[in-house]
Amino acid sequence: QVFQTASEKVETECLAALHALSACLSRSVLSSDTEDLLDSFLSSILQDCRHHLCEPDMKLVWPSAKLLQAAASASLRAYHRVTSSVLPLLLEQYTKHPQSSQRRTIMEMLLGFLELQQKWGRVEEDASTLLSLQAQVCSVVFSALTDSSVQLQLVGIRALTVLGSLQGFLSPSDLELVVDHLIRVTLHEEDSQSSEAAMEAAGTLAPIYPKVFSGRMVPRLEEELQSGVSSSERDEESSRDCSSLRQRCLQALAAVSTHTSIVRETVPVLLQHLRKVQKGREAGSARDVVFVCQSLHRVALQCQQDVESCWFYHQAVVPCLLAMAVQAAVQESARPLLDKVLLEEEVLAAMVPVISAATTHLSPELAAQSVSHVVPLFLDGEVSFLPQNNFPCSFQPFQDGECLEAQRRLVALLMAFICSLPRNVVIPQQERLLRELLALTCSCNCPFTATTAAKCFAGLVNKHPAGQQLDEILQLAVNTLEPSLAEGPRRMQALTLLLWVTKALVLRYHPLSSRLTDKLLGLLGDTELGPAAADGFALLMAESPDVLHKGCHADVRIMFRQRFFTDNVPKLVQGFHGAGPDVKANYLKGLSHVLNHLPKPVLVTELPTLLSLLLEALSCSDRVVQLSTLSCLQPLLLEAPQIMSLHVETLVTKFLSLTSSPTMAVRIAALRCVHALTSLPTAVLLPYKARVIRALAKPLDDKKRLVRKEAVAARGEW
Amino acid sequence: MVGAGGGAPLENANPLVYRRSGERPVTAREEDDEVADTIDDREIFDLIRSINDPEHPLTLEELNVVEQVRVKVNDAESTVAVEFTPTIPHCSMATLIGLSIKVKLIRSLPERFKLDVHITPGTHASEHAVNKQLADKERVAAALENSHLLEVVNQCLSARS
Repeated sequence: QVFQTASEKVETECLAALHALSACLSRSVLSSDTEDLLDSFLSSILQDCRHHLCEPDMKLVWPSAKLLQAAASASLRAYHRVTSSVLPLLLEQYTKHPQSSQRRTIMEMLLGFLELQQKWGRVEEDASTLLSLQAQVCSVVFSALTDSSVQLQLVGIRALTVLGSLQGFLSPSDLELVVDHLIRVTLHEEDSQSSEAAMEAAGTLAPIYPKVFSGRMVPRLEEELQSGVSSSERDEESSRDCSSLRQRCLQALAAVSTHTSIVRETVPVLLQHLRKVQKGREAGSARDVVFVCQSLHRVALQCQQDVESCWFYHQAVVPCLLAMAVQAAVQESARPLLDKVLLEEEVLAAMVPVISAATTHLSPELAAQSVSHVVPLFLDGEVSFLPQNNFPCSFQPFQDGECLEAQRRLVALLMAFICSLPRNVVIPQQERLLRELLALTCSCNCPFTATTAAKCFAGLVNKHPAGQQLDEILQLAVNTLEPSLAEGPRRMQALTLLLWVTKALVLRYHPLSSRLTDKLLGLLGDTELGPAAADGFALLMAESPDVLHKGCHADVRIMFRQRFFTDNVPKLVQGFHGAGPDVKANYLKGLSHVLNHLPKPVLVTELPTLLSLLLEALSCSDRVVQLSTLSCLQPLLLEAPQIMSLHVETLVTKFLSLTSSPTMAVRIAALRCVHALTSLPTAVLLPYKARVIRALAKPLDDKKRLVRKEAVAARGEW
Repeated sequence: MVGAGGGAPLENANPLVYRRSGERPVTAREEDDEVADTIDDREIFDLIRSINDPEHPLTLEELNVVEQVRVKVNDAESTVAVEFTPTIPHCSMATLIGLSIKVKLIRSLPERFKLDVHITPGTHASEHAVNKQLADKERVAAALENSHLLEVVNQCLSARS
């Protein structure tokens, strides 16, 4: 049955049966004069399968290997019996077949047997075939790593990882060779797949042999990293190569930081490199800084589970990043237009996840220690806890003054830290901090700073204990943003603050959230802010990556989206019906954002009431309304086909007519909906098949390529 | 992975695999509502390159059976010519592959186009016979009436998951 491979299910069951038989026979009791049942059983299997492994055209190697592996995996005895016969054969075959594709197949079979050894743990000296073939196995695996075929390298790397996890298999000199191979493939192998696989292998093996990796790999990576930076990059191509080598070093340093002792080596290297690249002025400097931050982020994530690593990382990295940023900001304040790399938006945005990941898993006591330094830094310019803290002038991000604009941007780093703290950590001077953030978001000119300050404020307000103090600060927020929202140059900023505060309160079911949502609903009719308010619904419903999510300990009540839907969709529908033609689209957009984030079961139950609204909107002549309705309907077709089936006639007619719209985007959206229609039950669609296929012939000749592409996809499906 | 054991052996068990070209980048011109985009060779190539080979879990592009240089389209004159290269000279799947390409083009291009699908000269033992079959509209239509054949063709044309 297995050799015929007619059906995968049958094959799986046959292999399972073989495994069970082998396991059963393994439990047989041996006595000196009777037949060893297991041995006879396995011998007959070996007889049938072994010779296929040697066939030059390798036709039946896989089924044979699977059968042998199924029998061998049943018990240690069976494993020894099978491998003593098969392993030498496979090693011999590897040397006999020179082609990479064949070697890959043999290596994969070998890997299958090696992985079985992992079940039994330590490799026992006396019984093990594997140990006696140690030198040959290593030589074969190393040769795979030096082959030019990427696929063979990848299997070799996997085999290396398995061998490394077998206690007692690799000798110290073998280990050194392993590390050297991994370094070579990581840094110098052209294909990025191999490089990444080697990095991951290093990460897996490092906790098992921390000394070898920290002693051999980390210094090499550090060396390559430093040599890249210092050499002058003359032409574009060599500078590109240097840059990709540096990138790989950074990625490898992060990948291998899977053990406390190694983290202690790699973090200083990364920080040292960061110090170097942030001084740069050339075009690529920001990108270089972002790469280092990405590596730091990965290390932070890897440290989170271990208390010791976590605290070490936090103490090493957070003050260092803050010090570098403060230094840059303060220098920029003293002499503007220095164009410091660290102050660029994308760089600050890359530093946020690093600080956040370094903070979320701290114990409350250690977090309290840290916060007692960071808050005075921002509120009072207390720089004494920072390394290298002699700055040319004082750090006062919350003061007014145009020259302080650079300093104010660092509120992003404050946000990263303070909004990631565990819930029960008391934040010193919290009320003062909230007031300063509120003032900052409403008064500053830079959109980035205003938004970040709003997010920080929202993150704090979400976790603030309920009571008079919270109500007071919320009232202050509302009083501050209402006048700016009504008119003036800062309407958009006020809207941003409104959105983030509303989100913070919606998540925790605070009573003020309904008043704020009503304000937002009112803004949907505003000509200037309407579209932004509509998109704001996406902000309220979606998962934000940096603040107000469960990972950073925010107060997120269960089913808040459903509750929001129930409370507000009727108002959205009412608003839509009463709205003027030029703002109807905003209501629809808001509605579709809420629907898109709703869990499927809720969506399906609510859909019947909303569907008539959506179908009516399809007939609206406004193209923005058409577009938002189409983009709302498309996922619904995929997720609720049964309900949509009831309206198939209307849908087909309207979609097909919209494929002739004068607006390209509408034609494309309509065609996508026609495509999505194919998820409806076949019985429902069959009456329309000929008509749709005929109608879709026209858009195949559309003057725009992007439209033709959608038409081809839709017509092909139909 | 080497093909399944037993059953009918594969004709070309270890084909050479070519790299896939990436997605065609969208230009600003293509996003402009007013300007018309002519149908070019790349567009036709994009229609046929993801067609699955009947035997291997690979596309015609990955097997180099179709290449962009062997696609010639003239939008103004409504003509398309596609040359395809079977992987081995005695490939019994050549007619099926040619038929799949033809069907994909029939379904994806406006009716005004005249389609010419043929084997790259000198690459197949029976290319004359195969080309004649593919050029004969009635024979193609009759073939597609055969529900089993149609199912095989549809499988080749369905997107790989």
